[in-house]
Amino acid sequence: MDGPGRTTTILRGGVGNGLRFLVLASISVTLMLLDHHQQHLSRVREALSVAVYPVKVAVDFPFNVWNVVSDAITERRTLVEENIRLKREQLETSFRLQRLASLEAENARLRELLDSSSKLESRALVAEILAVDLDPYKQRFSLNRGLLDGVYVGQALLDANGLVGQIVRVGPLTAEALLISDPDHAVPVTVNRNGLRTIAVGTGDSRRLRLPYLTNNADIEVGDLLVSSGLGGVFPAGYPVGRVVEVKQQPGQSFAEVTAEPMSKLDRDREVLLVWTSAEDSPGAAAANVEVP
Amino acid sequence: MSALIGLILTLALSVVPLPESVAPFRPDWVAVALLYWCFAAPRRFSLVTAFVLGLALDSLSGALLGQHAAALLVIVYLAERFYLRVRMFPISQLIVVIMLLLALYEFILFWIDGVAGRTVPLIERWAPVLTGTLVWALLTLLGERRRREARALV
Repeated sequence: MDGPGRTTTILRGGVGNGLRFLVLASISVTLMLLDHHQQHLSRVREALSVAVYPVKVAVDFPFNVWNVVSDAITERRTLVEENIRLKREQLETSFRLQRLASLEAENARLRELLDSSSKLESRALVAEILAVDLDPYKQRFSLNRGLLDGVYVGQALLDANGLVGQIVRVGPLTAEALLISDPDHAVPVTVNRNGLRTIAVGTGDSRRLRLPYLTNNADIEVGDLLVSSGLGGVFPAGYPVGRVVEVKQQPGQSFAEVTAEPMSKLDRDREVLLVWTSAEDSPGAAAANVEVP
Repeated sequence: MSALIGLILTLALSVVPLPESVAPFRPDWVAVALLYWCFAAPRRFSLVTAFVLGLALDSLSGALLGQHAAALLVIVYLAERFYLRVRMFPISQLIVVIMLLLALYEFILFWIDGVAGRTVPLIERWAPVLTGTLVWALLTLLGERRRREARALV
């Protein structure tokens, strides 16, 4: 490139750049305003999430391969050990399941007596967590299920041990989930021992939940199991959320400092269950069906 | 073509899972790559590239749509604008310029988070500026040596 020719390109480019910068910057500011205030941009987001889907899959791929390989080369001894453990667990769960069948029947009968139309069974789908780090300051992850699988915003996520979180954003192929340990997340819970209702708030640490709304004289002890209460209508009722690990009464303050540990392995899961619950499942709707004498 | 692959690679690098202890030090790969190209091959990457990459980054990281796009636009615009003026600086001074630009990038992200009401600790925002500058310096030194070798061959 020769001298003068280059200068003119630079000059022309310089002027055009300023204008282009202003246009693009105002577009991004408009996008931010729209995205922050309303849900107008869900279509744009869906399209973008499809566009970046290959990147997510590509990032997930090596981790997937590693899992397959490590599965393939596991030692026989570990396999035998795991087999024994799984058999024991299976025996235990099938023992519990036998009782569950009779309890379910009894529950259905009692509900019929109360004339309430609650269904116990709910549909579930296994979703895989994509090994993609989202914002490091938020407890979120991506899943490999989206609109095409019927996933919807606000859907509850469970794993084998308890509640994991909820869906906050859905694209056609992927969805974004917010964990119960996110500082912006709160779950309505009840203490399983005595039915005390409260709210479990995330801390940003995946091994800790806070229960900030319990008074100093509240009946709560270390080891209490917290289950979802179903109030709020997002989470199905009765799933384990956490176990209380610390109760600190604070004289002079009106609220105690209570900490719980999530039951689900939030930082070690690879697969989670997406649960579809019918509207009648929420206790609010059930309560509306019960006639007050 | 290779540039496109490079850009997609930077997107992938910005979301690859890292151990928790290292994650706060993850450089802003996309910003660093764009700044590198602004100085090494000016006019090849326009503001539009920065905008599109920013939107892709927003979608990937689940941020507010337009957040990374705006921050990238600002630093790429400034880099293109003042490229001619700072091109002759020795590398030690260029590093300071890059560090300022990356700090501005982080600050815009932080500021938008604040306006949108998302709480983010400020302290942890500065580690990527340092690592990003380091990566940029390494890239530039390597690129310079390669170019010098290529010239020597000719």
